Amino acid sequence: MAGDARAAGDEGETVPPRAPRRPRSHAWSAVRETLSILRANPLTFLGFLLVTGLTVLALLVELVPAVTGLYGPPVHLYPYDPVAGFTTNLLQPPSSAHWLGTDQVGLDLFSRALAALPIDLSIGFAISGFGLLVGGALGLVAGYWDRPWTLGGALSTTILRFTDIFLSIPTLLLALAIVTVLGRGYVQTILALMITWWPYYVRLVRGEVLSIKAQPYIAAARAAGVTDGGIVRRHVLRNLIEPVVVYYTMDVGTVIVVFSTISFIGATFPPTLPEWGTMVETYADFFPGAPWPVLSMSLAIIVTVLAFSLLGDGLRDILDPRSRRVLAQAGSATETA
Amino acid sequence: MGRSPSDLLIFIGKRLALLVPTLIGVLAITFVLSIVAAPDPCQLWFPKIKPAQVPGCVSRFGLDQPIPIRFIDYLAQLAAGNWGTTPAGVPVLPQIAQYAPETIELVLTALILMVVVGIPLGVIAANHSGRLADHLVRIFYLSGWAMPTYVGALLLALLLGPAIGLPYQGDFSNPNPPIPQPTHFSVIDGLLSGQPYYFGDALAHLALPAFALAFLNLGIATRMTRSSMLETLPMDYVKTARMKGLSEFWVLYKHALRNSLITTTTVLGVTGGQLLASTVVIEEIFNWPGIGEYAFSALRQNYFAPIYGTVIVFAVGVVLANLVADVMYGVLDPRVEWR
Repeated sequence: MAGDARAAGDEGETVPPRAPRRPRSHAWSAVRETLSILRANPLTFLGFLLVTGLTVLALLVELVPAVTGLYGPPVHLYPYDPVAGFTTNLLQPPSSAHWLGTDQVGLDLFSRALAALPIDLSIGFAISGFGLLVGGALGLVAGYWDRPWTLGGALSTTILRFTDIFLSIPTLLLALAIVTVLGRGYVQTILALMITWWPYYVRLVRGEVLSIKAQPYIAAARAAGVTDGGIVRRHVLRNLIEPVVVYYTMDVGTVIVVFSTISFIGATFPPTLPEWGTMVETYADFFPGAPWPVLSMSLAIIVTVLAFSLLGDGLRDILDPRSRRVLAQAGSATETA
Repeated sequence: MGRSPSDLLIFIGKRLALLVPTLIGVLAITFVLSIVAAPDPCQLWFPKIKPAQVPGCVSRFGLDQPIPIRFIDYLAQLAAGNWGTTPAGVPVLPQIAQYAPETIELVLTALILMVVVGIPLGVIAANHSGRLADHLVRIFYLSGWAMPTYVGALLLALLLGPAIGLPYQGDFSNPNPPIPQPTHFSVIDGLLSGQPYYFGDALAHLALPAFALAFLNLGIATRMTRSSMLETLPMDYVKTARMKGLSEFWVLYKHALRNSLITTTTVLGVTGGQLLASTVVIEEIFNWPGIGEYAFSALRQNYFAPIYGTVIVFAVGVVLANLVADVMYGVLDPRVEWR
């Protein structure tokens, strides 16, 4: 492997040994290390920039009209009205007037894609956040208090049974069924996803808790007389942060995809609502003939989800100390020691 | 507790026994949901029904019974091997036996594609970690990951399909007279028909939907392989293998990959459910006559027995996929004990 040869060659000979330097503070060195890894991994950095940029943009799309509305007519970030700005230019390809073209009733596609950004993004953050809270709490209980023939053990078994039941129905089908029950609508779809989204987190957190519990330092803490609450707070939760942050980041993207899939096949929302999946569904009727509407909305989804996946995928490498070592080697061979 | 074959059998038996309460739970949820969704289904089932006929319909389908009684009744019927009928009287089980193999065929083909393409990609990415090949592989699998199933399927079906001349609707191009389908695995049926044309036709029809399913879910296999290879490659035994002068291929795919596959296999099994869920969308867009199509039409028409039947199939599929993954996990990792 080339990396090995390079690392071996650099050891001690080409790089003058540096005096060991005390890091200024733990937080500062963590930031510095993260930055250097981000620099060495351009795709992760790109994901980081995109996620930050999209989130800020979504906030601006919502906040700018709200704030300017206090002092006069609200100023919108989108150039045309995304819901009622009908023009006579139907199904236009991209042009300087309409950056992404227009749809079948003459609405500007760029404005619609931009107006949908806060909707889809907040749904992604909120539903996976809710799943994280509910599923994470259940997973923690099921993983930590799992000794058989105790109250906790019984609770743990019950939680796992329920999780298995929910996991054995494909989320998409279950959510669709719930949408059918609650009525086909925007709020109903969000509710359906909230009901169906937590089981993955139970599995994830329980698995992690089980492996953390097996670590020698937990036994040491228990021997030192730390209470269960203290162990959970000081040791378990802290070690959970890393895998959960990685999973959550990628999960925001997954929620956006599944939400838009339900709005695509469930055809749940009024076609005027600027939401990416709904728009792809509406525009699919004109698809191979006039590809711009479908392509631009698909692109919006793909870029957003890709941003979260790139960031989450890279975060795993950064947060996991074992692969961090490998990455540092790959990034800058001179810094290996 | 151990690794003898009898331990394995007990392990499998325990897991299969757990399947029963899981199925009852899944069915209970579905039962309540379906009844809440359509409390008075007679109007939905028979749009031309006269108001005077409604009580007859209600009592004929036992809709006037309390829900727990109906549920226990359904379970008893099911235990006796009767999966119920559609309101028009079409039995559900033969229909499921017809649709399910098509889905299994699609999922298995996609799984094979995922393993054959996804795992080597992960090895390559890990071996070139942080360099160009790694980035390219990452972009490839993440673009499949980030693409909603329906978008990917639409693009493949309507742009790529016509462009390279592959069919993208159904499992056969309407053979006339229709060929017999004893197994309902379209490729096997094509082979059994004895005519090379139908075999090729079945393969061609399978190609695009299976590729779509595989491409959109490839990320899981590649990502897991890559990250566990990243952990395996710096290990001493890999260095030893290199020092012994083994070829790079042998070191990577025989020594390092075997350890890394442990994680990958588990994840592949656990995502079996996800694959089944994507199939629903894929089948809808590619008009593939599988269980997802069947589930959809049942959902749309509020036909209770077919909905419950497909839910059973999905739940059994997910549980079996998990079980296979756990067994594989133990087979690959000699430290695992069956319990």
